[in-house]
Amino acid sequence: MALLELNGVSLGFAGNTVLQDVDFAVGERAIASLIGPNGAGKTSLFNCITGFYKPQRGRITFGGAQMLSLKPWQVTRAGIARTFQNVRLFRQMSVLENVMSGQHCRTNAGAIGAIFRVPAQRREEEHIHEVAGACLRFVGIDADEWGRDATTLAYGHQRRVEIARALATEPKLLLLDEPAAGLTRGEKAELVTLISRIRDERGVAVLLIEHDTSLVMSISERVSVLDHGVMIAEGAPKEIQANPRVIEAYLGSEDAEAALAL
Amino acid sequence: MALEPGSPGPQSVEARPSAWGGLSAILDTPQKRGITIVVILAAMVIAPQAFGPYATVILTNALLYTILALGLNVVVGYAGLLDLGYAAFFAVGAYSVGILTTGFGWNFWATIPVAVIVAMIAGVIIGGPTLRLRSDYLAIVTLGFGEIVRIAARNLQITGAASGISGIEQPWLFGWHIARQVDFYYVFLVLAVIAILVSVRLANSRLGRAWLYVRHDEDAAEAMGIDRVRVKLAAYIIGAIYGSIGGAFFAVNLTAISPQSFSFQQSTLFLMAVVLGGMGKIPGVILGAFVVVLGPELLRDLGSFRYLVFAVGLLLIMLFRPSGIWPSGGKR
Repeated sequence: MALLELNGVSLGFAGNTVLQDVDFAVGERAIASLIGPNGAGKTSLFNCITGFYKPQRGRITFGGAQMLSLKPWQVTRAGIARTFQNVRLFRQMSVLENVMSGQHCRTNAGAIGAIFRVPAQRREEEHIHEVAGACLRFVGIDADEWGRDATTLAYGHQRRVEIARALATEPKLLLLDEPAAGLTRGEKAELVTLISRIRDERGVAVLLIEHDTSLVMSISERVSVLDHGVMIAEGAPKEIQANPRVIEAYLGSEDAEAALAL
Repeated sequence: MALEPGSPGPQSVEARPSAWGGLSAILDTPQKRGITIVVILAAMVIAPQAFGPYATVILTNALLYTILALGLNVVVGYAGLLDLGYAAFFAVGAYSVGILTTGFGWNFWATIPVAVIVAMIAGVIIGGPTLRLRSDYLAIVTLGFGEIVRIAARNLQITGAASGISGIEQPWLFGWHIARQVDFYYVFLVLAVIAILVSVRLANSRLGRAWLYVRHDEDAAEAMGIDRVRVKLAAYIIGAIYGSIGGAFFAVNLTAISPQSFSFQQSTLFLMAVVLGGMGKIPGVILGAFVVVLGPELLRDLGSFRYLVFAVGLLLIMLFRPSGIWPSGGKR
């Protein structure tokens, strides 16, 4: 059984269909990609999975459990973490504090514990620090940057902090929304290594939305193609590159450049 | 915590030299900051002897405002919820004490847990449904709540209607009759110190961080697994407890309470202390409370012009330091 499964998911806003009968699955420890022209509904699909949007029809299961009725924070607690298309780090907070937010749903000290600094609360705080530090080291952010205001880091580093923050929630599935956008060629290569390490060393399945087709083809085991809210193809990178419907979808859009890259 | 404080953030790029810049340069080590706190505390301890009975009354009031502003700061400064009816919780505390001591002969200390529980229940009733909505709605609902509490107090038999409750007995503590103004001054000083400690500890905790996450970006916070409604409700209830305890001691200090003490104007004064000093910054909020209380007193010589001068002063502060008097950046 797949880790994440979507069956017949349909979403619309005020009569406009955004997603139509989408079937989709991600396996345990898989690296999968979701591609498609601009406005195809990729981010909307992410938002359905993570509970930010409520599809009108369909089923979403994760590890066998129903996800549709869950709120975003419950989805994260169930083991799905995400990053955002435009980096959304917490302003005026340090890099470390940003990543510590991921541990919130795995810890439980409350106001009383904080006020009286009970031993359990202090142990938990230490644990949160350790996990956050380990996640930052994992994505390659050194300790001398941890105290800095997160939004002052170089853009590529902010992207990595966001991934560290998502990893700090201890997910089973990580959703990356255009993680390579705005990165340099060298940073993209590092990202590819990082994504493989997330799967290989942490056992976390990764699903990414990405416009850089060569990056997608090089890293993904499965690629799904969304066009105008409809899933038009699904398969190994080789099959997708040869699929005439996919090429047509791209040529029909402004993403002709991406079509040439296919 | 293994934080590196030395790394230069862009905050330090601020080239304009200022009095605050000089201050933070002087207070650069924990030891120096500790000494400053001890000096300020010592000054507060000898203040009644040094300045006489009138100043003691004013300073007691400033300490009361400090407690209330710190409570409201949790709601407004940390969680980013605009509360326009904070005086309602202040009233809940004061009237709980007033009713239970004069009407039912309770001991003052026994009424405090009741005052706290009543405030918590009120917080859940008001906050529970509204905190699910966008925060603008909370401002409207709390504004209404503040008025409802005041109007109810003015019309109910049990709250003494418009004349309020008088003859509230001053409490005893281990043989110490807290009766003179100086006694109350020290009680409020201790309460203010506790309020500060609690605020500092909350700010540096899992819950305190969660408030900031939610305030900065609700969606990202939720994506990190934070239940924003629950976290906001916690802030609202903690604020309610501060307000209620402040109100309880306010009642025994004055021995008489009436609906006028809990008007919308009170709520705005509390909010002003928080915004003026700098939302979410504990030293700033304390400073704000003192400015709001001491400002009109220090301008007393100006007679009827004093509120005009005070208002212009406040406007100028907000114009030149829109995020509060206390400098941002550095440690919270």
